[in-house]
Amino acid sequence: MGGGILQYVTVFVLAVFVGIEVISKVPSILHTPLMSGSNAIHGVILVGAILILGHTNTVPEEVLGFLAVVLATLNVVGGFVVTDRMLEMFKGKPGDRAQTPRADGEPGGRT
Amino acid sequence: MSRATAIDLCYLVAIAAFILALKGLASPRRARLGNIIGAAGMVVAIGATFAQPNLAHLWMIIVAMIIGLVIAVPAARLVKMTAIPQMVAVFNGVGGGAAALVSIAEFISPAYRGAATYKVVEVLFGVLVGSVSFSGSAIAFAKLQELMTGRPITYPGQQALNAVVAACVVGLAGAVIATSSAPILWVLLIAALVLGVIFVLPIGGADVPVLISLLNSFTGLAVAASGFTLDNNLLIVAGTLVGASGILLTRMMSQAMGRSLPNILFSAFGSVVSASGGTEGPEGRSVRSGTPEDIGVLLAYARKVVIIPGYGLAVAQAQHAARELADTLMARGVEVFYAIHPVAGRMPGHMNVLLAEANVPYDELKEMDEANPQLPTTDVALVVGANDTVNPAAKSTPGSPIYGMPIINADQAAHIVFLKRSMRPGFAGIDNELLYDPKTVMLFGDAKDTLQKLVTAVNDA
Repeated sequence: MGGGILQYVTVFVLAVFVGIEVISKVPSILHTPLMSGSNAIHGVILVGAILILGHTNTVPEEVLGFLAVVLATLNVVGGFVVTDRMLEMFKGKPGDRAQTPRADGEPGGRT
Repeated sequence: MSRATAIDLCYLVAIAAFILALKGLASPRRARLGNIIGAAGMVVAIGATFAQPNLAHLWMIIVAMIIGLVIAVPAARLVKMTAIPQMVAVFNGVGGGAAALVSIAEFISPAYRGAATYKVVEVLFGVLVGSVSFSGSAIAFAKLQELMTGRPITYPGQQALNAVVAACVVGLAGAVIATSSAPILWVLLIAALVLGVIFVLPIGGADVPVLISLLNSFTGLAVAASGFTLDNNLLIVAGTLVGASGILLTRMMSQAMGRSLPNILFSAFGSVVSASGGTEGPEGRSVRSGTPEDIGVLLAYARKVVIIPGYGLAVAQAQHAARELADTLMARGVEVFYAIHPVAGRMPGHMNVLLAEANVPYDELKEMDEANPQLPTTDVALVVGANDTVNPAAKSTPGSPIYGMPIINADQAAHIVFLKRSMRPGFAGIDNELLYDPKTVMLFGDAKDTLQKLVTAVNDA
């Protein structure tokens, strides 16, 4: 094993901890938007798909890369748009200052 | 600064944006901002990727992205809010498919010949997990879209078949490591797709959303594996973030249903149910059914009414009618609020989204813990298209599959009115004692239709 892979493994392990830490407490009302939002984030595979298609020179790779870019774009775009639509619903009515849903598990929050 | 450094810096910015996005999405106040930050990070990452030196096939990349864009935007914009869970399944599945394809493409490229064993393992992981996520999501979609039965599918020899396919996958993976053979990798891909299908088939009913969350986490891990293959930190970090937080979210979702994750994944819920829940069947017991006029009077002269919505309200698109009824009652001075079970609808939080769409004010939405203390003083609990989330079996029947799931205590209200299409059991497939309670009145029919009749009846009362 080279030093390179060890660096990547280090990054991986740290990212596991960050991933767990960052969402430690989520009100149940946000479970669905969070799932959908993180779904959009793994659409970053689009970067990998572009790199594959951009650095290839055989036909089978081109076909796979092309398909991968299409699928990954679906993931990214669809993911963010659907999440935004969901969260749009949580917005207060025009003129309503409170942008937060009240039933959010934050007792004592402003109303 | 070299171009490579600049690109890496952009990737670092994207990583920070993704972390902030997840953090934001977990908090009600910053959820929307979080999503926007995530999207901005994605734009930075993709833009930077186009700046990579020697990027060939530029037009092909752009065409492929336009195809994806043209399909995704209308699909995501036009989908009904009730169909959101299956839409998430689709977008997740394609992501898993993309990760698998990226790993395969890298593996078959001439530059990859004779790569170290650990590189082959990375590819295998990406292909395996990505394909399982792809085919599993496809089945989850079919179940939620009702293209196939939503119930768990079981058949004789299921465990044995699963074990055989899993063993095949392991064996093929070993063969790929030993030989670095591309044809064997293709066979492995097919075996992994089959594994995804048979893994999901026995999971049904209310468990499908939890499954989607798990597959979402899988796709994250597959993306991380592709990152290892491509030596790309951005993919590793973003994929791992989603993988790790996704597992945690999946656990939270199953906890909200009072069940453990292994129980959800391996117990073939519905089939067990009919065996254990059948002891107190509906035979010979009578159900009281009422007319909208009767119920209208009951509601109009109540002091406190609780509306308990479930998925039936969502499928009937009755959220606006429910709000109209609530407004009518409130105009008469009746105290009305909505009691939202954490897993009402088909995903946690789903019902809040639907009611918000109908402009129901947030202070009228009460979460279960807040609503339950109010129910003993409630005159009428109006259960609209919900069933399992008010089933007292969760508290009283230790043998019941939903035993231990927190419920809304509709049984404590003075009167209970069920708006249901039929006597059919709910999503979990079990009978509900409450339907036969002497305090209960049934109003059969389409929820939207019935609610509108109730509005008229209340106005006439």
